[in-house]
Amino acid sequence: MGDRPIIRVQHIVKSFGDVVAVNDVSFDVRPGEIFAFLGPNGAGKTTTIRMLTTLLHPTAGALELDGLDVTAHRTEVRKRFGVVFQDPSLDSELTAWENMDIHGVLYHVPRHARRERCELLLRMFELWERRDDLVKTFSGGMKRRLEIARGLLHTPKVLFLDEPTLGLDPQSRNQMWTHVRNLRAAEGVTVFLTTHYMDEADRVADRIAVIDHGRLVATGSSAELKTQTGTDSLEAAFLALTGTTIRDESATAADQMRQVARVWRR
Amino acid sequence: MPVVFILWLREVKKYLRSRVQIVASLGAPLMYLGVLGFGLGPVFRRAGEGSYLQFMAPGVIGMTVLFSAMFSGIAMLWDRQFGFLKETLVAPVPRLAIMIGRTLGGATVAVLQGTLIFVVTLIAGFRPVSLFAVPLAFLVIALIAVIFSALATAIGSSLKEMQGFQMVMNFLVMPIFFLSGAIYPLEGLPRVLGALTRVDPLTYGVDGVRGLLIGRTHFGVAVDVAVLLGVGVLFVVFGAWRFSKIEA
Repeated sequence: MGDRPIIRVQHIVKSFGDVVAVNDVSFDVRPGEIFAFLGPNGAGKTTTIRMLTTLLHPTAGALELDGLDVTAHRTEVRKRFGVVFQDPSLDSELTAWENMDIHGVLYHVPRHARRERCELLLRMFELWERRDDLVKTFSGGMKRRLEIARGLLHTPKVLFLDEPTLGLDPQSRNQMWTHVRNLRAAEGVTVFLTTHYMDEADRVADRIAVIDHGRLVATGSSAELKTQTGTDSLEAAFLALTGTTIRDESATAADQMRQVARVWRR
Repeated sequence: MPVVFILWLREVKKYLRSRVQIVASLGAPLMYLGVLGFGLGPVFRRAGEGSYLQFMAPGVIGMTVLFSAMFSGIAMLWDRQFGFLKETLVAPVPRLAIMIGRTLGGATVAVLQGTLIFVVTLIAGFRPVSLFAVPLAFLVIALIAVIFSALATAIGSSLKEMQGFQMVMNFLVMPIFFLSGAIYPLEGLPRVLGALTRVDPLTYGVDGVRGLLIGRTHFGVAVDVAVLLGVGVLFVVFGAWRFSKIEA
């Protein structure tokens, strides 16, 4: 792994009106590592990913991806990452191949390379036989695999996975992480992921950052977090760091702010 | 250009695969043709205005294109709700290319719908005065489609929820249709109604199509086309501006 961070987050703040969703967060992600970003519902994980993927402007602070300022060089930054959003983003009325093809065109992958890469990835994610089927006929696990394959089509340096295993059965989750580890080994891609499943983070992540109430509360390997909190599991360490109070994401102030502005904007 | 083409192709493919959408979209035009076209036909004829079916067919085609084009705004809200829009917004391409691809796709679907209704009107007994004018009429139809697809993009970019589109249908699309002169002649209207028809872009679209297909025009085809071109540029710029403001 190289020395220069592939992602550098320095003192970022994101406010929605008076509500501070992300508050003075700083961390680095090294090239080629699998970095897990954990936190309770509404802690600021998705807001951070949205800022890193150019969908939201930070209110303050600096974001760098592969040495580029994320807010100043959005187009160049976009070429360097792939993203699997928390909500599905496939076109279910198109086939798997067509979804891949559209992505390839949007990311300027030349036709010949596009075809080769689509085939490679669809085979890697065991979707080749279903390439001409409409996505609406796929299971949840297949859709997630297709989204990851699509996110890798343009050979990004960083792959963002926002809750990629949400709603999947244990078999699909296990298979998906196997794929993610394999592709890290095969392509050296850096993986930045969020998940609610502590066992997954424990198993796949090289390093973990824990965010709560918009603030970073800990960073380190799973073993370091356990040592730091005097616990014997990542879940216990997570609870020690973030408390046991149940968070209701739909009730967070940031979401309420977005709801208010939802119908007519500006 | 490849970005514009692939997003245009996506809209067209989805339309051609959706038999339900094709059949459902025939409902309202067929009702207008059947009920109004034949129901009011005798009254229209007694008033010395000739065949109501001949008069109304261009209006029904215009209505079909208007509704289809505006529904591309719903498709955009759908894409926003189900995530595909986000996939395009994080891509390293200009938003303008995405907007143009989507708008042209929506416009093409609207023209295809209009073509379908044109065939239906021919079956029902509508006869254009000149076959040579038909391609020209379709150019006007394409202009109508682009105008309202661009408007739908602007509206779809400004709304975040499907429910908002119901309001758009009731308070914008229906007035645009009813004020366009699609189902009544523009001559002799009360002053206020006459003024309202003149600020409705569809009025010029229907008038242009009618002028080319049956030789009956209120403003003149040249004026109609000039207005449509002007409004088209305005709405595409407006749609592109609204689309550039979307935050996922």
